Amino acid sequence: MAKIKLQGNASGTGVLTVTAPNTSTDRTITLPDSTGTILDNTSTLDATKLSGTLPALNGSSLTGIAGRKNMVINGAMQINQRGTTATGGSTALHYGACDRWRMYQENTSAAYTLSQDSNSPDGFGSSYKVDVTTADSTLDATDRVDLLYRFEGNELQHLKKGTASAESVTLSFWVSSPKTGTHIIEFYDNDNSRAIHKAYTISAANTWEHKTILIEGDTTGAFDNDNNLSLQFNFWLMAGSNFTSGTLDTSWGSVTTANRAVGQVNVMDSTSNNFYLTGVQLELGSTATDFEHRSFGEELAACKRYYQSSGTMQYLSVVRWQGGVGNGLQWYQFQNEMRAAPTMSISGGWTTGSKFTTPSQWDVITTKGAQLEGNVSQGLSEIFYAHDGTIYMDAEL
Amino acid sequence: MIITNAKWNRGSISGETSSLKATIDGSELNIPMDTANRHYAEILKQVADGDITIAEAD
Repeated sequence: MAKIKLQGNASGTGVLTVTAPNTSTDRTITLPDSTGTILDNTSTLDATKLSGTLPALNGSSLTGIAGRKNMVINGAMQINQRGTTATGGSTALHYGACDRWRMYQENTSAAYTLSQDSNSPDGFGSSYKVDVTTADSTLDATDRVDLLYRFEGNELQHLKKGTASAESVTLSFWVSSPKTGTHIIEFYDNDNSRAIHKAYTISAANTWEHKTILIEGDTTGAFDNDNNLSLQFNFWLMAGSNFTSGTLDTSWGSVTTANRAVGQVNVMDSTSNNFYLTGVQLELGSTATDFEHRSFGEELAACKRYYQSSGTMQYLSVVRWQGGVGNGLQWYQFQNEMRAAPTMSISGGWTTGSKFTTPSQWDVITTKGAQLEGNVSQGLSEIFYAHDGTIYMDAEL
Repeated sequence: MIITNAKWNRGSISGETSSLKATIDGSELNIPMDTANRHYAEILKQVADGDITIAEAD
């Protein structure tokens, strides 16, 4: 190539200036031996042209994606240790069906069955189903039903709540509601009695829709760093006028009852109604990313921090080691350590062996195990057993 | 929670109360003395409010 030609644009009036660097050293720039345009800040860089060793990634440019991103356990509704649960009516709080998810209601006569269901969007195998079995179509002022999820404070420290650098989080989920229109999500800070509310709109009834909600960081009120309840988010399903008569509070602040669920439709108004939820993900940052699918085993282990079931026991032996007033004793080791010392219960067709009457009580209960005391009436050091019952351990928030 | 029949358990070895038994929302439960346990926390609240009392252990 023997010549260089610089050609101006036929219609442009700007002047192209080629500037030399401020140096005393000779420099040579070699142009590519091809036809094309030199890259600028709007060019697309073809990944196939990248080669060699990539530079080290700077962690500061990877915020929100490092480590496990989904803060919600069982967001894909895979785990269902309790099985189908019929509930509602007089009891206000219900853990039922899929682990970690809880129903709350006030005043309403609505009742429902909670279950794990196979109805789910592509990419998911299960959903949480709320099947209305007793409708409440006439809203009283104090009526309320919501589906909620709760966090311990020690799970939330990275949100830096209560500091100037408080982090935003993004909630994403798949939902199928029998009602079109406005639905409300509430984030409630139990440590500081503060809340924020966001609305989402269902466009088509009984159709899976993917929703994304941004929850801005809160510079007021830190979460306690312990194993107690600090934060919950509520999917409102029904709200009487006490909760809807104001203006929705869409920024963090103290709670005004009338501003909590403004516009919420009544999902409980017909026994034909079924509400489904799955793919729930809460992640750091202001962008919803793809759902983090975790293995069944991982999710089950995480759920067992809060709830465990022995399944139907075969033979649980106890030993009466003490004469006189002594009872039969057996230490029952939990499957993994629980959040707090759990509430213990026994149900099912529990039968007992010779001289072993119904297990009377759990004496010492810790986060790792509990001591069963069975009433026995036979000799010292003899072994007795219980059979065919199920033990439940509940350390939910 | 609807709480009835609350009664302390006394361990036969220690002779001390370390848990209690109560019927909560229709289910008979054994509840540890752990304030992080939601059932125990609610029992303490209802006792403080004067709504229930806890019977002594046998």
